Amino acid sequence: MNKEKLANSLIFSQLRTMWLVLKHTFTKADTVQYPEQKPYLAPRYRGRIVLTRDPSGEERCVACNLCAVACPVDCIALQQVVDDDGRKRADFFRINFSRCILCGFCEEACPTYAIQLTPDVELAEYDRQNLVYEKEHLLINGPGKYPDYSFYQQSGIVIAGKGKGEAEQERPPIDIKGLMP
Amino acid sequence: MLTDLATIDSLFYLAATVAVIASLKVVTGSNTVHALLYLVVSLLAVAVCFYLMGAPFAAGLEVIVYAGAILVLFVFAVLMFGLGKDETINAPKSKSVANMFGAMLLAFALLLELTVIINNAQIQQTLQANVVSSKAVGIMLYGPYLLAVEIASFLLLAGLLAGYHYAKPDVQGSQL
Amino acid sequence: MMPEMLWKLLEITIIIALLIPMAAMLVWVERRVIGIWQDRHGPNRVGPFGILQSLADLLKILGKEDWIPPFSDRLVFILAPIIGAICVLMSFAVVPFSPDIGVSDLNIGLLFFLAMASLAVYSVVLAGWASNSKYALLGGMRAAAQTVSYEVFMGLSVMGVVLLTGTFNLREIVLAQSEGWLIQSQFVGFFIFLVAGIAESHRLPFDLPEAETELTAGFHTEYSGLKFALFFLGEYLGVTLISAMSVVLFFGGWLMPEPLSAWLPPLVWFIIKIMCFVMFFILLRTSLPRPRFDQLLKFGWMVMLPLALLNLIVTALLRLTGVL
Repeated sequence: MNKEKLANSLIFSQLRTMWLVLKHTFTKADTVQYPEQKPYLAPRYRGRIVLTRDPSGEERCVACNLCAVACPVDCIALQQVVDDDGRKRADFFRINFSRCILCGFCEEACPTYAIQLTPDVELAEYDRQNLVYEKEHLLINGPGKYPDYSFYQQSGIVIAGKGKGEAEQERPPIDIKGLMP
Repeated sequence: MLTDLATIDSLFYLAATVAVIASLKVVTGSNTVHALLYLVVSLLAVAVCFYLMGAPFAAGLEVIVYAGAILVLFVFAVLMFGLGKDETINAPKSKSVANMFGAMLLAFALLLELTVIINNAQIQQTLQANVVSSKAVGIMLYGPYLLAVEIASFLLLAGLLAGYHYAKPDVQGSQL
Repeated sequence: MMPEMLWKLLEITIIIALLIPMAAMLVWVERRVIGIWQDRHGPNRVGPFGILQSLADLLKILGKEDWIPPFSDRLVFILAPIIGAICVLMSFAVVPFSPDIGVSDLNIGLLFFLAMASLAVYSVVLAGWASNSKYALLGGMRAAAQTVSYEVFMGLSVMGVVLLTGTFNLREIVLAQSEGWLIQSQFVGFFIFLVAGIAESHRLPFDLPEAETELTAGFHTEYSGLKFALFFLGEYLGVTLISAMSVVLFFGGWLMPEPLSAWLPPLVWFIIKIMCFVMFFILLRTSLPRPRFDQLLKFGWMVMLPLALLNLIVTALLRLTGVL
């Protein structure tokens, strides 16, 4: 393309751009009047983090620390305890939302679907300390996005009321000292 | 009263005084950019002098060409080569508030004068009477002074060519 | 003698008192209109339609710390925004608003406008220098090169108008257009004037002195509070001024063709025309990207300068042969 042609196409493209922008005078605004009118947030939107329970109402979190490891800003802190019934749970579970960037890595790292992000973005506080959420603030009374999943019913770990081989998709343990095939 | 004071003569002398003082500050100051600013004030004062002598065209050109274009280039050059820093190290650094007001006072005097001129119908009438119109300037330039204009334009052309020559890239075909 | 002078002073005061709030309103108008063109709402909370947004911004900016950097050149730092605002306000002195409104009928009105436009660059250059910071200095140097270049074409482009009307007096230029607006014969001149005007007032797409993406805020990086507001005032008054000058020089000022002129008073027609230009400036800002600095200067010297000279020569020839 020679130089005159280039100049012509340049001027033409400027005029075309201006015309296209001018046409937007009559298009509807994509934004909404926020506090009165809420925007639609998809169910998988990455907002405030919650800890879910399994269908039986017990905590899903086994405090494996994978979320804390995955967290790029190190805003998750927790400690594991093992209860008498064999269940593992978090002694404390703390998320500092003033550091959290809502990236969702913790949700992807979680082996038990315990930690989940919700479509709630209204996290503003006047006091920064109020953004540090403890376990009781994080825990909700439901299974979240995976209503049927229960980690302890899938895994082979022994807890009170479920012995070896009683999990779903699990066969009873083989008696290796017996003679029957 | 202000209007009684505002005769053409007195205004002319005021502007001339401003020009002289500003010019003195140009050569006595230690800071390059400040000196250039004083030069601008001086040129503006000279423009007012031209206007008061009935040559508004010359006054306009004085402001546009000298104060507006050439001195901007001067300032540009000073910024470019960072002259300000080198010599303020050796120069005596006076920190008194007094030299802050110098430039302000001079510029304010000019502003006052301009307002008075614009608002004074009597002065306006006298100015209109013996005004040199732009047409007259043109006829003079392209009549009796044609040779001078041509010589000046040749000089400018030579300057233009020299500037182009210096700015030309060393390697043939590279970007200008 | 005295009452006449008082009247004049009153007229000046009224014009300034109307211009400055208008510039503030322009900030709001610009934000709203850009919002509409970008499929947003824009500021619409303060007052009806957000009309008081500028007032809120002003109150906020007054409440801010007016910081003068300790490393700056104090005097020049304070002087720079004042020069900018004053130069633009002075230019309005020669603008004829309507048959009987206008501060001064200077017989070199057009030259006065060009002179003030060329002095206004000091504001930016000095702000850049006095801030003593790299971004500001780069912005100031860009402003100097850009303004000195585009001033040349601006002056040349209006010379066609002067040729056709035979006067530098803006009021007489308007009156000379009662037969027909000068845009008919001076379209090229108008185009060059408009582009040069955008470059002179540092508006997008030619806002390289303050280019946010490269120089944080360019020449006013170090400014805050009231001084920053003065820069803003100067910029928006500059937009109004360039619009007003385009209307005066090429679109017949307050004049309108026969049936329309009786509908509204001349001043209102003048303001309507100005607003059209302001809208055009805002449209330019929304739609066009910023060129690189060398592209800007190249475009100026290699396209605009020959075009302006050609326009002048052709106009002179046509004038000589009696076509125009």
